[in-house]
Amino acid sequence: MPEAQPAFQFADLRQQHEAAQLGIWTFLASEVLLFGGLILAYSVYRYGYSADFAAAGRETKIVIGTLNTAILLTSSFLVAWAVAAAKFDLNWLSAVLLVAAAILGVLFLGLKGYEYREEYHEHLVPGINFHFEAPHRRGAELFFIFYYVATGLHALHVSVGIAVLLVIARAARRCAYSSQYHAPITVAGLYWHFVDVVWIFLFALIYLPGRSG
Amino acid sequence: MHRWAPPRAILLSWAVLLVLLALTIMLAYQPLGTFNAPIALAIATTKALIVAAIFMELRERGPLMIVFASAGFIWLAILLWLAWVDFLTRPGFPPR
Repeated sequence: MPEAQPAFQFADLRQQHEAAQLGIWTFLASEVLLFGGLILAYSVYRYGYSADFAAAGRETKIVIGTLNTAILLTSSFLVAWAVAAAKFDLNWLSAVLLVAAAILGVLFLGLKGYEYREEYHEHLVPGINFHFEAPHRRGAELFFIFYYVATGLHALHVSVGIAVLLVIARAARRCAYSSQYHAPITVAGLYWHFVDVVWIFLFALIYLPGRSG
Repeated sequence: MHRWAPPRAILLSWAVLLVLLALTIMLAYQPLGTFNAPIALAIATTKALIVAAIFMELRERGPLMIVFASAGFIWLAILLWLAWVDFLTRPGFPPR
């Protein structure tokens, strides 16, 4: 395997890796603010309609939500392991782990789709067939609008993440990475972990309210 | 430990994350009144910090990278702070 060379504008590979990481973190900061706007809207309406949000939170599917959280946490673990393996020059292992993580991502989307279907049958989709007990209707509708926009936007990120993982897995299968050169797999990993972090917060905001009531 | 085995820190973090997931669900079903929401958010923040420090390897990075990683959250904090100052002090919110 030939020695990896930095792109011409960089002094060495170390500097190139640092630039790549600063770049993805800057992108992720913009993502924080994208989801942050939704979180702000949620927090304001949860403050305003706390009883409605508790009633609406009780209607979400906690079993699917919990399963999906465990699935994403596990996929993140596999990706972190894949990055570690790449740094040990174990490209084959990286490729296998990344594909496994991508499969978990597909499983997440499948369960999410099933959840949407169930909610459609339970008349919980604002603008299409929303029915809710009268005293909590107003806030519950706001909750479910947030639910669909936030989880839909997150699902889009998961889809992009799956594609990124598969592209990186293919490069790993061709032995593209090594202890010296691993910026792409590290950056892809950071994106996937960020998608996981977003879900960690969405899980707490969507599935947990109102459970003790 | 073989080179192909998952590094201990990553394996341990995964286990802790799953334990925290179980813990947050158990606590959500306890009638703790106004404490339910802050507890859920505190556990979520702990999980996010574990992912950031171990999976995203921030604990191995220098100050510059930490600043870049924190930037989005600092701006988000300012956004939430200024917006809440408005809504929490507004009489007649929400409109019924």
